[in-house]
Amino acid sequence: MTWILFLEQCLNGLQFGLMLFLLVAGLTLIFGIMDLINLAHGSLYMVGAYLVATFTQATGSFLLAVPLGIAATAVVGMVIEAVVLRGLYKRDHLSQVLATFALILIANESTRAIWGLQALTLNVPLALSGSVELLPGLHYSAFRLAIIAVGLAVAAMLYILVVRTRIGMLVRAGASNRQMAMAMGTNIKWLFTAVFGVGAALCALAGAMLSPLLVVQVGMGESILILAFVTVVIGGIGSMRGAFIGALLVGIVDTFGRAFIPPLLRTVLPPAFADAAGPSLAAISIYLLMVIVLFWKPQGLFPAGS
Amino acid sequence: MIWLTRHGWLVAACLFALAFPMLATAVGQDFYISVASRVLIWGLLATSLNLLVGTGGMVSMGHAAFFGFGAYVVGIIALDAPQWSAAPVVLPLAIAATGILAFVVGAICLRTRGVYFIMITLAFAQMLFYIFVSLKGYGGDDGLPLAKRSPLGTLKMADDTVFYYVVLTLLALCLVFLARLRDSRFGRVLRGIKDNEIRMESLGYATLRFKLTAFVIAGAMAGLAGALMANQNGFVSPNMLYWDLSGTALVMVILGGLGSLWGGLAGAVVFMVLEEVLTGFTSHWQIILGLILLGVVFFAPKGIAGLFARKSR
Repeated sequence: MTWILFLEQCLNGLQFGLMLFLLVAGLTLIFGIMDLINLAHGSLYMVGAYLVATFTQATGSFLLAVPLGIAATAVVGMVIEAVVLRGLYKRDHLSQVLATFALILIANESTRAIWGLQALTLNVPLALSGSVELLPGLHYSAFRLAIIAVGLAVAAMLYILVVRTRIGMLVRAGASNRQMAMAMGTNIKWLFTAVFGVGAALCALAGAMLSPLLVVQVGMGESILILAFVTVVIGGIGSMRGAFIGALLVGIVDTFGRAFIPPLLRTVLPPAFADAAGPSLAAISIYLLMVIVLFWKPQGLFPAGS
Repeated sequence: MIWLTRHGWLVAACLFALAFPMLATAVGQDFYISVASRVLIWGLLATSLNLLVGTGGMVSMGHAAFFGFGAYVVGIIALDAPQWSAAPVVLPLAIAATGILAFVVGAICLRTRGVYFIMITLAFAQMLFYIFVSLKGYGGDDGLPLAKRSPLGTLKMADDTVFYYVVLTLLALCLVFLARLRDSRFGRVLRGIKDNEIRMESLGYATLRFKLTAFVIAGAMAGLAGALMANQNGFVSPNMLYWDLSGTALVMVILGGLGSLWGGLAGAVVFMVLEEVLTGFTSHWQIILGLILLGVVFFAPKGIAGLFARKSR
């Protein structure tokens, strides 16, 4: 029975890690190429989730709502880039923190003004609401499996885009040495807007896939933003490979921590104390992971410049 | 007389701060005295962060850890060792305990730089946040209420006006201390490190020691601010260590003016007053606040202190 639980938690970790990767992929590129600390990245995730939830209610079809929501969020992202963020690339990190903090305030409050205080809930699409028996005794939610499939497919597509295409070459050149890429004639302005649009689309995809599992509410962006930044730093700023491996690592460590630390503690500590400390230790695990990684590799696991 | 014209704003601000409780009572708005105390405490927190970020160039995203830790020192002593809960005992204790915490955290974090420093300070603050959430004996998630404010001699601390003057005095002492620190050798070395750390190192300064000292001073001062906030609110909770509090303090510093002695306080005052005024206008005041902050980034890059500096020149 325990190995089934273990496998199930592995799948949960993989699913969470892949969704985290969608957020982190955009964040690390924006961070690495444009040298921009974008605190408002989580807001795009929130906007994406809200838009998909709204489109689902309007069209009645989750499948139709997802591409609509992604496209709309990408447009929102590109508009924000062109209007606000473009003026921030040459500024220091502190100004960027202040400006993107301001964007969070505006995004959260606008969301509240448009959709109200009530959180939105979305049902799992009917076709995927059942569970699949992967192994004898291991039943796993079909929707979570679909999330894993989408995550893997997008990761593969991003890999091909970044490693095999001309655009990807420009992106990698920008991430490892921005000034040299500009000197070689890369149209950085266009590239930045495009990367930001892709980053926003990935945020919306993550928001869309997770929205039936979570509650769509204001503030959902900030709670995952910290996790995303931790992942960026663990993976190495600007590195896609680092983002992928870092996201899986954080996803699995976080899931395992939540699933296994409390029962493990209960075997060695008095139950009252273990019940109190377990969830906190689980929440701390990813930060400990980051401190350990930074201690061992101060530039993250896969520094982009090297 | 020249001194007076040059420092006209400062003198006016000090007089206003001294007279504030009388003014508030005169117009029948006693409620605002405790709001003002809260503004001053936020100002103390932002001022301590400004020493770190503005003077020392160390952008910390985990300053709330020290603020909340100082608050919890007051809360835990009031619960477990009430005989020590007098302000002359508990405030220095909060400062010392937070200073030690800052020493440990700083010694580890200061090995990294730039963005990595931002993230690792954030990580430590989040870890402390979850530790205090798990301390069920001290309220856990729900926080810990205080029975009364830390007594100080024969003063009636429960009276908001008395407490306001206590906070104001402590803030003034901290500002005087920081003003002296800025002009001392220590302050000059710290600014030198901010400009170019390698240069200071090759000049023979043990830069890590200077940075760590600044980190401890800033942490201890944030601990004092937290201890005062615990007294002001009569309540401590893990939210006082949460990262959005660090973010708000950082925004106040940038808003007020990096590296300026008054920057932290000015930022806190403007931020809190804006919040107070805008909530009166519309429930969606955060949109306006966001737009104002964006305006500051694009049109007043040196913060409020920068605006005043330009005028006086």
